[in-house]
Amino acid sequence: MSVAENIAETPASEPAATNMPVKMETRDVNVFYGEKQALFDVSLDVRKNQVTSLIGPSGCGKSTYLRCLNRMNDVVDIARVTGSIKLDEDDIYDPKVDVVEIRARIGMVFQKPNPFPKSIYDNIAYGPRIHGIASTKNEMDEIVEVSLKRAGLWEEVKDRLAEPGTGLSGGQQQRLCIARAIAVSPEVILMDEPCSALDPIATARIEELIDEIKDKYSIVIVTHSMQQAARVSQRTAFFHLGILVEEGDTEQIFTNPRDERTQDYITGRFG
Amino acid sequence: MTDATSNSGSVMDRKPDLSAKRVSRRYAAEARFQAYGLGAIFIAVAVLVWLLGTIVFQGLPAFTQYKATVDVTFDADEVDPENLAAANYQALARRALYDRFPNVTARRDKRELSSVLSGGADITLKEFVEADPSVIGTTRKVQVSVSDSMDTFLKGQMTDIEERRPDTELVPSAIEGEVSLLASGNVFADILAGVKVELEAQAEDVLSSARRERRGIGILENDLEALQARANEAVGEEREGLLARVADLESDINARIRKLSGLDERAAFLYNTARSSGGSLDLTEAMPSVLIEVNGGVVKAKKVANDQIEGTAFIPLQSSAAAASGDWTVVTYVTPERGRQVKDQTATWLRELQKDGAIESTFADVLFTKGDSRAPEQAGLWGAVVGSFLTLIITLMLSFPIGVLAAIYLEEFAPQNRITDLIEVNINNLAAVPSIVFGLLGLAMFLNFFVLPRSAPLVGGMVLALMTLPTIIIATRAALKAVPPSIREAALGIGASKVQVITHHVLPLAMPGILTGTIIGMAQALGETAPLLMIGMVAFIVDVPTGFTDPATVLPVQIYIWADSPERAFVAKTSAAIMVLLTFLIMMNALAVLLRRRFERRW
Repeated sequence: MSVAENIAETPASEPAATNMPVKMETRDVNVFYGEKQALFDVSLDVRKNQVTSLIGPSGCGKSTYLRCLNRMNDVVDIARVTGSIKLDEDDIYDPKVDVVEIRARIGMVFQKPNPFPKSIYDNIAYGPRIHGIASTKNEMDEIVEVSLKRAGLWEEVKDRLAEPGTGLSGGQQQRLCIARAIAVSPEVILMDEPCSALDPIATARIEELIDEIKDKYSIVIVTHSMQQAARVSQRTAFFHLGILVEEGDTEQIFTNPRDERTQDYITGRFG
Repeated sequence: MTDATSNSGSVMDRKPDLSAKRVSRRYAAEARFQAYGLGAIFIAVAVLVWLLGTIVFQGLPAFTQYKATVDVTFDADEVDPENLAAANYQALARRALYDRFPNVTARRDKRELSSVLSGGADITLKEFVEADPSVIGTTRKVQVSVSDSMDTFLKGQMTDIEERRPDTELVPSAIEGEVSLLASGNVFADILAGVKVELEAQAEDVLSSARRERRGIGILENDLEALQARANEAVGEEREGLLARVADLESDINARIRKLSGLDERAAFLYNTARSSGGSLDLTEAMPSVLIEVNGGVVKAKKVANDQIEGTAFIPLQSSAAAASGDWTVVTYVTPERGRQVKDQTATWLRELQKDGAIESTFADVLFTKGDSRAPEQAGLWGAVVGSFLTLIITLMLSFPIGVLAAIYLEEFAPQNRITDLIEVNINNLAAVPSIVFGLLGLAMFLNFFVLPRSAPLVGGMVLALMTLPTIIIATRAALKAVPPSIREAALGIGASKVQVITHHVLPLAMPGILTGTIIGMAQALGETAPLLMIGMVAFIVDVPTGFTDPATVLPVQIYIWADSPERAFVAKTSAAIMVLLTFLIMMNALAVLLRRRFERRW
C-alpha cells in the first residue's frame, strides 16, 4: 500500500452532525497562566470528520483551549493545565505519552502564515522527514505532491517547488502551511484563526479547502468571523471569559441559541 | 477661574500661536540642531582622516627597503660545499665592499664601511649559496639589505641634501689627503656667511653663560662679606674655622673670575670673527656638512673662504686638473653631522654606490617573511601574524562552541529563576570587565596553577577566549531571540522535538547573527594587548612560531614592542604594523557585514 493511499484511506460520506464518533474528548479542563486562570472547567468533544469551530470575543480562552489540544501550551513556562484531554483512548497529558507523537497526530495551522524560510518542497517534506514517514526520494515526492494537491496548491506551485515558501502570497502561504500539516497524516488539524491575515478571496479559498479535507481529518478552528463559523463548521462552541458557554450543532447555535450571552454575541451586541 | 479665562474666554478656545517670530525661532532651533550634528560628524571624520593619514604617511616607507648590489666572491677556500653553514658570510659581504673602495685601509674606516650593509647580510648570502651551490668559486652580484640607519638616510629621513653646480672653474691642489680647492669666483661666500651666522649664535651662547657666571660671583661675594663679618666677631677656635672658610671662598671666587674673563674673551673673539669680512673659517660638526665632488673624487670641507675650500679627500680625485664650470658639485647635508647616525664619510660611500647604480629600493619582503629582530632592517611581522593566527584559532575553538552552547541553554532551556538571572547579569557584566583582569586571571590560573607554557598562543588563546565569551554569548542570545516565535511554533506544530526545532530551524536562522557576533569578538581579540602582556606574550621572539606551545607574540603586542624601540626605522615599522593590523581588522569586519547581508532573512 502506498503512502498516498494510506492518507486517502478515510471515509468520504457526510454523516449527520451529532452521531459521528468522538475523536477528542476533553473534560474539566482548567488552564492557569501563573496565578491567573484562563479556562474554567471546559468539557467539549471534537467529533471525527467534522469541523468544530470555537467562537467568542477576544481573550475568551478559545485559543488557549485550542493550544491545550496538542499541548502547545507546554512551551509556555508558566502555563499549567488540569483536567483530562483524550485523543481516542489516549490521555495526551499522560506523563508517559510522547508530546512529539501527540503533535504529529494533531497538526496545527497558525494565525499568521508561517512557512519555514526554505523551499516549498522542504516545507512539506520536513515533517515526514523527521518522523521517518518516507524512506525513499520517490515516496517523499509522492507525499509532497499529494499534500499539495490536497491543500489545492499543487497546480500553482508544481513548477517551482525549489523556490522559497516565503515567496508565495499570503493565501498560498497559508495553504502551504495546511499542506505541511497534512503531510504528516495527522488525525486532527487545529486551526488558529487561519484566515485572519488573508484577504476575502484567499479566505474563501481556505474555507473551501477546509470543507474538502474534513472528510479525512477532524478539524478544530478558532475564528472571529461568525459567518465563517457558520459556513465551515458542523459544531460550534461559544467561549466567554474562559467559560464554555454553549456548544452544539452550528445551525442550532446560530438560529436558536440557548444562552442569552450567545444570543448577544451572535447578534453583535458585544464582543 | 483666572484672569485670563475671565478676560478672553476659556483656555480651550485659544488657537495655536503661529506668529512669524515663533516659527522663525523654531526653524532656527532646527537649523542649529542640524549644524551641531554636522559639526560633530566633521570633527569625527577629520580626526579619523588625520589619524589614518599620519599612520599611512609614516608607515609607507617601511614597506620599502634599500638594498645594495655587491660583487661577492665565493672563494672555494672559504665556503665549504660540504658544510655551507660554517662559512663566514658576513666577511664575504664585507670584503665585497672593501674591494669596491680599495683606498679605505684604516681599521676604523673599514669598520665604518662594513656598517653600510645589514648585519643580516650573512643570511642572505647563505641562502644564495644554498639555493645554488655552483656559485662557489665564482664572483656573483648579490643584493643585500643596507643597515637600518643607511636605509633611513637613503629615504631622506635623516637629513635634507642640497646639491648645486656653480659655474666657475675649480682647481684642486692635490688628489688625496688634505686638498685645497680654489674657485675662480666667490662661490663659497654663502657657506662662509652661514658659518659666520653660526659663530654669532655661539657668541650669544658664550655671553649668556658669562652673564650667569657674573651673577654667581655676585652671590658668592655677598656670602664672603657676611662670613668675614662673623669671623671678625668670633674668637678662638671658631674664628680659626671661619677664617679658613673665608680663604676657601676667596680662592673659589678668584677662580670663577678667571673663568669669566675667559668667557668674555671668547665671546669677543667669536663676535670679531663673525663680523669681519672675508677670512677663512673652520666648519665644525655643529654646522651643515659641505662636500665637494670634483674629478671623480669627494672632498669634505673643513675650512671655507669666499673662493676656497680646504678639506680631506674622502674619495681620491682622479686628477688635479682644473674642473670646468658645471663639472663639479657642492653637496650640503643640512643636518649637522653631530645630529646624524650616518656620518659624512659613510654618506659619501653611499652616494658612490648610488652612482654605481648598486643601490635600489625594493619591496620590504622581510616584513612578511621574518620574525622580529633588534635590527630594524631584519625585523619582520610574520612571527606576529602567525602568532595572532594561532592565538585566534585557540580563541575561536574555545569560545565559539562554549559561547554558543551556553547561549542556547540560557535562551532555550534554562528555567526563569534567580540563578539564571544572576548568571545573565554576570555575563553582561563580564563583557565590561577590563581586559587586563582576564590577563591576571590567566596568569594566576593557566600559568601558575596549571603550569602551561609562558608566551604560548595556547595560553593567549585561552585568555582571549575568556574575554570573548561574553561577547559571543550576548550576540548569540540576541540572534536566537530575533528568530520569530512563529517559526518555532510551526516546527513544534508538526511534531518536531525541542532539539529538532533548535537545530533544524532556530540555529540556522540565527547563524548569521551568531557569526557576526563571533567575528566581532574575534576582531576584538585580535586587537587585544593588555591580557597578553600578563602571560608573557610581550617577549622578544625572533622565530616564527610553528605550534600552539611555541613562544610567540601577536600583532598588537608587536606594535607595542616596536613603538618602544629606540631605532629611528622602527617608527615607520610601527606604523606599517598598525596598517597590517588594521587591514586584518577591516577584512574581518567586512566579512561580518558580508555574512549579515548574504544570509539576512526577512519574515
